[in-house]
Parts: sequence; structure tokens; C-alpha cells
Amino acid sequence: MVENRRILGIVSHLVLILGVIMVALPIWITFVASTHDAVRMTQAPIPMLPGTHFFENFKQTLFGAGLSGSEGAPVWRMLLNSMAMALMIAFGKIAISLLSAFAIVYFKFPFRMGFFWMIFITLMLPVEVRILPTFEVVANLGMLNSYWGLSIPLIASATATFMFRQVFLTIPDEMLESARIDGAGPLRFFWDILIPLSRTNIAALFVILFIYGWNQYLWPLLITTDTDMTTIVMSIKQMLEAAEQSPQWNIIMMTALLAMIPPVFVVVGMQRLFVQGLTETDK
Amino acid sequence: MASISLKDLVKTYGDVEVLHHVEGEIQDGELIVIVGPSGCGKSTLLRMVAGLETVTSGEISIGDKVVNKLEPADRDIAMVFQNYALYPHMSVRENMAYGLKIRKISKDEIDRRVQEAAEILEIGAYLDRKPRQLSGGQRQRVAMGRAIVRNPQVFLFDEPLSNLDAKLRVQMRLEIRKLQQRLGVTSIYVTHDQVEAMTLGDRLMVLNGGYVEQFGTPIELYDRPATVFVAGFIGSPSMNFLPVEASGGTLALANGATLTGGTQASGKVTLGVRPEHLVQDDTGEIRITVQMVEQLGANTLIHGLLEGSDTEFVASAAGHVTAQAGTLMSFTAAAEDLHIFDATSGKRIDA
Repeated sequence: MVENRRILGIVSHLVLILGVIMVALPIWITFVASTHDAVRMTQAPIPMLPGTHFFENFKQTLFGAGLSGSEGAPVWRMLLNSMAMALMIAFGKIAISLLSAFAIVYFKFPFRMGFFWMIFITLMLPVEVRILPTFEVVANLGMLNSYWGLSIPLIASATATFMFRQVFLTIPDEMLESARIDGAGPLRFFWDILIPLSRTNIAALFVILFIYGWNQYLWPLLITTDTDMTTIVMSIKQMLEAAEQSPQWNIIMMTALLAMIPPVFVVVGMQRLFVQGLTETDK
Repeated sequence: MASISLKDLVKTYGDVEVLHHVEGEIQDGELIVIVGPSGCGKSTLLRMVAGLETVTSGEISIGDKVVNKLEPADRDIAMVFQNYALYPHMSVRENMAYGLKIRKISKDEIDRRVQEAAEILEIGAYLDRKPRQLSGGQRQRVAMGRAIVRNPQVFLFDEPLSNLDAKLRVQMRLEIRKLQQRLGVTSIYVTHDQVEAMTLGDRLMVLNGGYVEQFGTPIELYDRPATVFVAGFIGSPSMNFLPVEASGGTLALANGATLTGGTQASGKVTLGVRPEHLVQDDTGEIRITVQMVEQLGANTLIHGLLEGSDTEFVASAAGHVTAQAGTLMSFTAAAEDLHIFDATSGKRIDA
């Protein structure tokens, strides 16, 4: 590592540059594609430098009907749907798993470990596995084509419960005892001590869960038939197939670009807390 | 301010009884030190008084109120933990005020009490810092401050000084003592350090394996230890024990010499004599083969084997004494400094 050999330096730089290109090139192409008009995008070779139609495409994608000739919702509506779904999933998951981890760690009740293992086992059951019964339940509850239907089935989270359990286990018992002597009841302890102490973990989890929610594809595809309820991630795929003519790459790429922006903001905005949450061990 | 009374306290975990019928009356304003080796049940006893452990049977009263079933918060106590248990996300001020805030005490009153406690403990300068920005000694003071502001009837200390370095420990020990005397709050203090116990306590409760071995003032414990365990635990270096044969008021040592012991016991007994009570005397009955000499400056510790046996023996002599390993040294001890214990039960046999 500390060796300062020329060859080694060159090789490691080459590897790093190659890595950057592999990650960044598709994003660059997406961006370039969103700046040309539809006709240019059908010609080979594909352009590698930005064109001049960025604002035009931007306007048509965000506020127009998206693809010309289709009756899809405007992209701002899809962004809103995606945002609502991702936020509901992230907040819902965090709230529920905080509470269930709190119960499992700090309360003695019959079958406590039984419940913990039941939650833990559901880790092996992602949405895709239980998709039919879940769909049945959501349909019977009349939650198709609603934000509730989009988010509630994805809210229960074994991963987050498990993670908060581990976080709570690192908090020394004396903290609870001290709070008890100070006269704090269970809920006070939860609000005043546990939540502030898990703040960085909550932030880290929020980032992960927001992106998880944002990137949901299969579930929204199943339960939304109303175009007003479609989310942006699923609509990108639909745009490819919906149009009768050749795909309008400029609009599709602009949509993809827009779909990337909120997760990027969440990650950048919470980066400091996120990193702290993953690395901090000192309680 | 209140007295505390422990009546026939028993604590079991599953089938294992860890505290056996503990009795004790603690007067108003006293500082009681519970001392014993690790695992003797001293922390469990303290936590039972605090309400953090349930009472299996028996009764704990604070003042004239039985508190067995009361929540810790309703017992009017404050506790200082070994690792301080300060809330890491709150400033020193918030840490101290938290308990008062929950009790819905007015803001002005909280400010006044925190200010007062901060002055007593000289922590006014860092009221707005977080615990992680403080040194161990400062955290210790904050933990004490948190106890003081509550203005409780009883202070409970669970080995509060064991995370500090030796010098600070001595200093904080004196401060705790001064503070307790100034506030006059009944206190129970748990430690495994016998020096800390001797210097702090009005009275000491020596616990061993869940039994109270002796409960008395430090000097009582030193002068008249009730059992071999107490005799060996209190005092440093610890007391020498040797098997002797008692008959008609004399004690026969292994080397054949006899001591006048003033005891009526007969048969095999255990003789205890403190290193510092041995007087060097060339005609003394207690003769040891020197193995090692420790020069401590103020005094000298002479380690050796008792003549005619392989019992290890330590003598402490004032000032500088030079002795060669392998030579024989003779000591004597006054009759009142000889402690006689039953050879099997370990109980003290009085003259």
C-alpha cells in the first residue's frame, strides 16, 4: 500500500479510471440522449456529445403527456407518486421496526423469542415470493390504485427490525436503569433516550429504505392500473413498449434522468449521517 | 433524609440463592459501605434497594415506608453508576435536569437546583458540554450532580470510582465523603476495594458469598474481625493465619514455641496476626525464614515461611529493615493483637 512504485501507481490509476468509466458512461449516455431530438436518437451512431434540445425535452417530459401519442400521466405526476410511495415505505418501515425492536429488546412477554424468530424468518420472504396472496389481500381491502396499496404491503421489515434490535442491544443497561430512576416510563425512554441514540442509524436506514421504495418495480406494476397512480420506475419500462413507433429515446432518457435525481438528493443530503450510522460504534 | 432497614432479605435467580437472609439497619445520614469480593452479591443488594432487582423475600424500608413493590422512581433515591450512565446526547445541564423535568418541576426551580449542584461540584464551566467531551473525573462529577439535584432521601453508589485512575480515585473518595457529610444524605456505597471502604464508610457491611460476614465500624472490623474472611479482607497486607494448638491459655506453634494467648479455647484453632502488629524481637516465638524483602520506604514488608512449616508469613516493620533471604528472623506480638478463630467454622473465639 505504501510502496511508491511508478508502475503500481499507473496500474492502480488505470483500474480506477476504468471503474469510473464503467459506472459513469451509462449515466453520461442517458444525459446526452436527453439533450437530442427524437430523430437524432434513432440514427447510428448514437451521439456522445450533448445536443441542444435539453429544455424542450425537459418541458415535454415533465409537464406534457410524456411520449407523444400515448395517454400516460405527465412525469411530474409519476415523480409525485414515486415520492409518496418511497416516503411512506421508508417512514412506515422505520416506525414499525423501531417499535417492534423496542418491544423485543426491552419487554418480557410470552413467546418473545418466538416472535423475534417469526419476524426474522420473514427475511426469507421478499415481496416477489408472497406476491399472489398479498395482491389478493390488497385487492379485497380495496386498496388497488392507492398510495396505501402501493406502500403498506412493503412496510413490514425484518431487516430493519433486526438492525434496530442490534442497535438497542449495544445501548448499556445502565441507560435504561438510570432513566427508570429518573422516572421515565417506557414511552418516555423510547422518545427521549432510544430515538436520539439511534438517530444516525435511523438516517442510514432511511437512505437505504427510501431507495428501496423508490426502485420498486414489480409491485406497483401489479396494483396500479390507473395511469394517475403509476410510478416513475415502472413507467420507464412501459414507455419502451407503449409507443407504436420506435422508442422516443430522448424522452425516455429524460425520464430516467429525472428518476435518478431524488435518490441522489437523499444520499447526498444524508451522507454525513449515513456514514456515521454505518461506522459509529461509540454509544 | 431517612433511615433504611433491610429485613431478612433473600434473592434467588432460578434455584440459586445469591443473597441469604441479609439484615441491616442504616441510620439517617449514615454512609454505609457494602464491601466484598466480586460475585458476593453486593451490587445485587444495592440494586434491590434501588428497585432495579426484585426482592424474592424479606422487606426493604426507606424511612418508614416499605418499598418492595415501588418503582425506582418512586423510592426517592438517586444512584451513581459505575459507568456513570450519562445520556450521551444530552448536555451536562440536560442530563442533570432530566429527572426533574419528568417530575414536572418548574423551569426556574430546575435552573436553580442545577446551578446549585454545579457550584457544589465545580462543574459550572461545562454545563453546556456533552458527556463525551468530558474527562472521566468530570463525568463522575456530573453523575454525582445528577444525583444531587434530585434532592433524594438516599444516595446509592455502585462502584463509582472504579473507572478512574488511582490518584483521581483517592481525590474523589475524599470529595464524596465531604459531600455526603455536608448534605447529610443517607448513602449506600458498594465497592470491592477495602481501602476505599475503610476510608469512606461510617460502617461497613462485609459480604461474602451472599452472607453478611460482619456489619460494623471500620475500626471494629479491624480490631475485632468476626470471621477469618473479614480478618483477611480488611487490612493491607492481609492478616497472617497459622494453625496452632490451644490449651490452657497458651498457643503452641508448629516450631514448638508457645505464645500466651489468653484464650480459653482448646484444640486446633486458627491464629491470626496482622503483619503490622509483629514486633521484631530476637527472643520472639514467631520465627520465619526470610524469602523476600519489599522496601516501601515508610515501612518494610518481610515475606517468609514460618519455621517448622510451609505457612507463608508477612511481617511489616516500620522504617528500613535489611534482611538477607534465607536468614531467620524472630518476631513477637502482644496478646491483644492475637486473633483466635475456630479452625472449622472460621468464627472468632473471644477470650
